Amino acid sequence: MLNDILDFVPEIPVAEWVETVTDTITDWFAFLFDPVKEHFGSFMEWSSEMLMQVPAVIIILIVAVLAFFLSGKKIGLAAFSIVGLWFIYNQGYWEHLMSTFTLVLIASLLSVIIGVPFGILMSKSKTAEAIITPILDFMQTMPAFVYLIPAVAFFGIGMVPGVFASLIFATPPTVRFTNLGIRQVSKELVEASDAFGSTGSQKLFKVELPMAKATIMAGINQTVMLSLSMVVIASMIGAPGLGREVLSSLQRAQVGTGFVAGVGIVILAIVIDRFTQTVNSKKD
Amino acid sequence: MPVIEAKGLSKIFGRNPKQTTKLLDEGLSKEEILKKTGNTVGVNRATFEVEEGEIFVIMGLSGSGKSTLVRLINRLIEPTEGSIMIDGEDLASMDKESLRKVRREKLSMVFQRFALFPHRTVLENAEFGLEIQNVAKEEREKKAKESLEMVGLGEYFHQKPGQLSGGMQQRVGLARALANDPEVLLMDEAFSALDPLIRKDMQDELIDLQSSMKKTIVFITHDLDEALRIGDRIALMKDGSIVQVGTPEDILVNPANDYVEKFVEDVDRSKVLVAQNIMKRPEYVNIDKHGPRVALERMREEGLSSILVIDSKRNLKGYVIAEDASEARKKEVRDLNNILRTDIERVSKDTPLNDIFNVIHDSPVPVAVVENEKLAGIIVRGAVLAALAGDGEVNLEDA
Repeated sequence: MLNDILDFVPEIPVAEWVETVTDTITDWFAFLFDPVKEHFGSFMEWSSEMLMQVPAVIIILIVAVLAFFLSGKKIGLAAFSIVGLWFIYNQGYWEHLMSTFTLVLIASLLSVIIGVPFGILMSKSKTAEAIITPILDFMQTMPAFVYLIPAVAFFGIGMVPGVFASLIFATPPTVRFTNLGIRQVSKELVEASDAFGSTGSQKLFKVELPMAKATIMAGINQTVMLSLSMVVIASMIGAPGLGREVLSSLQRAQVGTGFVAGVGIVILAIVIDRFTQTVNSKKD
Repeated sequence: MPVIEAKGLSKIFGRNPKQTTKLLDEGLSKEEILKKTGNTVGVNRATFEVEEGEIFVIMGLSGSGKSTLVRLINRLIEPTEGSIMIDGEDLASMDKESLRKVRREKLSMVFQRFALFPHRTVLENAEFGLEIQNVAKEEREKKAKESLEMVGLGEYFHQKPGQLSGGMQQRVGLARALANDPEVLLMDEAFSALDPLIRKDMQDELIDLQSSMKKTIVFITHDLDEALRIGDRIALMKDGSIVQVGTPEDILVNPANDYVEKFVEDVDRSKVLVAQNIMKRPEYVNIDKHGPRVALERMREEGLSSILVIDSKRNLKGYVIAEDASEARKKEVRDLNNILRTDIERVSKDTPLNDIFNVIHDSPVPVAVVENEKLAGIIVRGAVLAALAGDGEVNLEDA
C-alpha cells in the first residue's frame, strides 16, 4: 500500500502526553490552584451575592443615569437600559443576570490587566511579537470546549474555571489591539518624544499609551464581548448565570425559556457594548 | 570651537552596514552599492562644522540624505561610522543616559509635520520638554508661556493643536523646541508643509528670533530659495554626500560641480547677486593730474566712449565722454572740470541686481559702484544681463 510510507512512524501519543502534563501541572501547582479556587471562588460568589442584595430598582436607575451622561445626555441608551433590565427582572432572571455580570466583569478586568502589559511587550520587541502572536492564534482558534477540560482539572467546577476559560478566550484582542495601537503611533511623534530626551517609560505613558488609547479601548470592547460569549460555554462547567439557563433549556428542549434567557444575554451585551464604546468615543 | 562638528559621519541602511562602508572607501556610488549589496547609503562620510549662532542650512532633493543627516546629529538614527561632536562631546559613542541629557539640554528639534501631541493642549505641548526633565509644574508653565508668547501664540494656551492652522501649529512646534532653551535647534523641513505666504512669514520670524536669541540653527530644506533666504552657510547634499558647503553667494556664484550648478540654475539670481558680484575694475582718470589729452588716450586704449573721473582721494567726481574730450583738446583746454559730467548713477556694493537693473536701464553710461564716496568699480549693462542669464563672469574677490 502507498500509505505505508506515511506509517514509518507509529502513532505519536500526543494525547497521552498532554494528559500527563496536565496531571503533573495539577499536582505540582495544587498549592497555587487550590487557594485560588477557594479564595477567588468565594470572593466571586461574595461579589455576586452583594450585587443581588442591592435592590434591582437602584441598579437599573444607576445604569440609566450613567448611560444618560456617558452618551452625552442622550435619552436612547438610558431608555433601552431601563426597558431591557426591567424585562430581565420581569422574567425572573435578575439573580442570574447579576451572576453573569460578575463573571463578565471580573473576567474582563483580569483580561485587561494581563493583556495590556503583554501588548506593550509585543509592541516593543520583535522577538516577543514573534513568540506571542502564534500563542494568541492558538488561544483564539482552539475550540473553547477543549480548555474547559484542564480548567476543571485545575479549578474544579463553578465560577473560577469559567473565568479561566474566559481569560484564554477573551484576552487576545486586548493584547493584539494594544500592540497595534502602540505600533500605529506616528513615527514623528515617537521621534519627537525621543528627541526631547524621554526615557522609555515617559514615552510610553506620556505619548504612546495616550495616542493608542482609542485602539486599546476597541480591543477591550472586543474582550468584554468575547467573555460575555463565554458565559454560555462556561455554564457547562458549572458557572452560574444566564448561560446556565440557556444550557438547561437546551438539555430539556424548552424553546421558550431558552429564548428568554438568550434575549437576556443579548440585552446585557448591548448595554455593555454601548457603555464601553461611548467611554471610548467620548471627547476629552 | 564649533558647536557641532561632524567627521566622516555615515549611515548605511541594511545588513552588514560595516562591510558596506568599505565599498564607500573604494569610491563606489550609491547606486552601485545598492545593486551590489542591497544596502542603501543614507549619508556618506559627511564632514562639516557648525559655528555658534549661525543658521546652517542642509539642502538637497528628496532622497539626498538630508533628513537622515539631521537625525544623525541628535542620534535619532544610529550612525554606522564617524563622530558627531556637540560642544566637544562625541554623541556617537555616548551611553544612553548621557545622550538623553544632551538631548534634553542642548538639542531641540522641529519637525516637518509638526509632530505635536494631539491629546495635549498647546501649553502642555510647549511644556513637554521641561516636563520630561521633571521641572516643577509652575516653572515649566511659566517658561512654556514665555516661549509661546515669543512666537505670537499668547492667546491659544488651552486649545488643542488640531484646532489651529498649519502655520500656528508649527509655531507651537517652535515654541516647544525653544521652551527648553537649547543651544542648537534642529529644524527638519520645518516650513515645507506650510503654504508659501505663511512660509515666508515664518522664515522672517525665524531670522528675527535668531538675531535676538543667538541660537545655533541647523535647518533642513529642499527649497533653494528658502536656503538662500535664511542660511548663513549652506551645505548641498547629493546621494548622501555633502557636495559643497559655503555661503549662499559661494554656492550661486561658484558652484562646485554640475549638480550644484543645475540646482542653482532656476534660482532668481537677481534677488541674490549684488553689485559687488558683477562689478568690474574701473578705468578712470585723475582730475587733479590728468587733462583731456590723457583721458582721450585712455579711452582709445580701452576702446571706451567715456571714462570715469576721480580725484586724488579716489572720490568719484563724474565722467567725461570722448566727444567732449577731443573738443577740449582742440581748444587746448587743460582742465577736466570744464567738460566733467556729473549725471552718473551710483550704487553701493550691496545693491541687489534687481535694483541695478532699473538704474542701468535709463543710464547712458556704466553705473559706478561707490563705497563712502570712493570709486569701487563699474557695472556695464552687459554684465547685468549676463549675470541674470547665469553665465556671466562673476567675481568674489572682495567678498
